[in-house]
Amino acid sequence: MKFAIQVNEGPYQHQASDSAYHFTKAALEKGHECFRVFFYHDGVLNGTRLTTPPQDDRNVVNNWVELAEKYDLDLVVCVAAAQRRGIVDEGEAQRNGKDATNIAPRFRISGLGQLVEAAIQCDKLVVFGD
Amino acid sequence: MSDLHTVNKSPFEKPSLDTCLRLSKPGSSILLYEDGVYAAITGTTATDKVASALADKKVYVLEPDFKARGLKAERLIEGVEMVDYAGFVDLVDACGKVQAWL
Repeated sequence: MKFAIQVNEGPYQHQASDSAYHFTKAALEKGHECFRVFFYHDGVLNGTRLTTPPQDDRNVVNNWVELAEKYDLDLVVCVAAAQRRGIVDEGEAQRNGKDATNIAPRFRISGLGQLVEAAIQCDKLVVFGD
Repeated sequence: MSDLHTVNKSPFEKPSLDTCLRLSKPGSSILLYEDGVYAAITGTTATDKVASALADKKVYVLEPDFKARGLKAERLIEGVEMVDYAGFVDLVDACGKVQAWL
């Protein structure tokens, strides 16, 4: 089965991101396919590589990155939500005149069309949020 | 194919569970996870609602979230089934659509 995942909340504020991660991991371990994980609203905050949680706490961002590396996941951050919240890649930094980037590896910034495409292409879209 | 409804809000915080129970069709499945697990225990104002929903719907609760909140299996409403994340995946796999009552 082909899943698509939508994450609407940032890490540490709400359990949604953890739930989405554990669900995606369990699905992949069962041999299912994940077409895309789309981070929307505060969910885009899962895509900054600059987070430094305490060492005895889980690192939500790194969890996503490692899962993406293992299973070649497509982690997509909504561009409009990212601009509002300061999630920046090279292209966005140039376009908007920013002096730095913070996008985590394996994440990419793109538009809402990616969510629509994921919803069309997948068998099931599962939404995690508040 | 019947749908899966997911509820992640405590029934004492938001009316998500009430809305879900009112609008879900007989034969559908409901998964309680995150703070939604509080609806799965006996002795609360939500107990009767969930117990009567079991007449024509299946109700599941996510075990890691249930345990993370210090809830004991002895207090689980009879007929509510415990699943882990793999079970969550199986429920999504087996259902028609997934409706998240956020």
